[in-house]
Amino acid sequence: MAKLNELTIVEAARALRAREVSVRDLWDACIKAIEEKNPELNAYLEVFAADDAAIAAAQKRIDSEGENAPLLCGIPLAIKDNILIEGKVASAASKMLENYRATYDATVISKLKAQGALFLGRTNMDEFAMGSSTEHSAFGRTLNPIDTSRVPGGSSGGSASAVAAHLALAALGSDTGGSIRQPAALTGLVGLKPTYGAVSRSGLIAMGSSLDQIGPLTKTVEDARILYEAIRGKDILDATTISDGLYETRKLPQSLRIGVPRHLLAEGVSADVLAAFDATLAKLTEAGHTLIDIELPTSSHALAAYYIIMPAEVSTNLARLDGIRYGHAARGTTLLDDYIDSRTEGFGEETRRRILLGTFVLSSGYIDAYYRKADAARAVLRREYDKAFESCDVIAFPTTLSPAFKFGEKSDPLSMYLEDIFTVTANLTGMPAISVPMGTVAREGTVLPIGMHFTAPHQAEHILFAAGSAVQVAQ
Amino acid sequence: MATTEEVKKLAALARIKLADAELEKFTSEFDAILAYVDTISTVEAPQGEALRRGQALRNVMREDGAPHAQGAFTEKLAAQFSAREGDALSVKQIIQHG
Repeated sequence: MAKLNELTIVEAARALRAREVSVRDLWDACIKAIEEKNPELNAYLEVFAADDAAIAAAQKRIDSEGENAPLLCGIPLAIKDNILIEGKVASAASKMLENYRATYDATVISKLKAQGALFLGRTNMDEFAMGSSTEHSAFGRTLNPIDTSRVPGGSSGGSASAVAAHLALAALGSDTGGSIRQPAALTGLVGLKPTYGAVSRSGLIAMGSSLDQIGPLTKTVEDARILYEAIRGKDILDATTISDGLYETRKLPQSLRIGVPRHLLAEGVSADVLAAFDATLAKLTEAGHTLIDIELPTSSHALAAYYIIMPAEVSTNLARLDGIRYGHAARGTTLLDDYIDSRTEGFGEETRRRILLGTFVLSSGYIDAYYRKADAARAVLRREYDKAFESCDVIAFPTTLSPAFKFGEKSDPLSMYLEDIFTVTANLTGMPAISVPMGTVAREGTVLPIGMHFTAPHQAEHILFAAGSAVQVAQ
Repeated sequence: MATTEEVKKLAALARIKLADAELEKFTSEFDAILAYVDTISTVEAPQGEALRRGQALRNVMREDGAPHAQGAFTEKLAAQFSAREGDALSVKQIIQHG
């Protein structure tokens, strides 16, 4: 058997039920790996002390319920630092919330606790989930375990690095424009952004409220499905959560019709990434799936729309952080000084940049040209996707233009923003999307993973898992 | 295109102070970012109701439930205050008496 920390959720759940390992063994194996590797990788900002009561309760449940125990019972997970666990610091990797202790559990955490899952620690991220490299954390960058001179992606880079280096069996991240899927692609993992409203956002530190979703980063598609099933569901604490069957139910077809928007791949994508994408598609057609040419013309404007809507929501959401009720509290002469000094000291550069952009696109005189126009483009984009899904079951493209880049390589903001060019569409349309490993490319003699990205219609996660499994089998 | 004065004004609106060097940097970056997002102006989108055609807006209602016990969360929330007097959050006086 592989080392315990290297197991998948499915493998660990089986081993626990077969009494080959104990919950404590599994926890200790992850902690040992964290002690060895985290000082270099900086995947975790904080590692929690073992919760002896929770470990004992999980073991007892497996012993007494056996096969009926939840699959996640006793499984150690890593949690992104913007998801609240009662009593623990949740800083969103910002100085602003460095001292903030969560006063309640996020709904996803309550659900995982009810299943008996364990939490190893909180993982590093770009501050307030703004970035694509985890270089924007206030607490140092996280390294990509596959090549430590490269970024793990972002903003859920700590979660991705932790799972890829086997410092956790799986992790939760959050995805506003690609923050689960892009790091998954850059570290060789599976990452899922669920349908908007599928998973409660209660207890997730808000970035872009019309875009944010919590989702899993895992070693396999099946693990992603298990974690997704555990956290999803309507929640009275988040009015945007949706009931099953709100959208038309789609049956899982025997073979998939895979829509490919060739016009989007004509420029920008690295030649070897495109070759790996085509090779994967060829394997899928050999396996009986069919390819369909589709057109999504407004996709070329998606990133522009995203970089208007997202900062608008960021500037609104982050307005609540004023140094008064919680978080970083600087004190000046007047109350206004208290606000300004707290925010100036608390927010990092990228956060300030996006707050100012958001303030600009919402300001009188510009709101029609920017925010309202972007909102209209978003509706058009969604309509194009709905239309495309009349002739196909999933839409495929590479998750990123190229593999993991080097630290400092994308120092101007716009080049960093372009990392999200393919992934943002799923957030704008609210549709679910997954990234699964699709082979490797070489850079400077290092073999690096890349990802295949599938989008499905609203509430058709089951089709995404089928598509992801098909790619996994074809590798 | 953006001027340093405009960016300074945005910062004031957003309750953030920018150092002079940062102001210059942000201003030039804004030009590049705004030039990029400006491409949105070329999207032809229908206006008003036609835009939302086929996408029904849903109102989300729920029954009022039993409220939690009064004061159940007071201590947890007050523990986060930077300055407190009893259960109250203490802030600077904003109205000065002559």
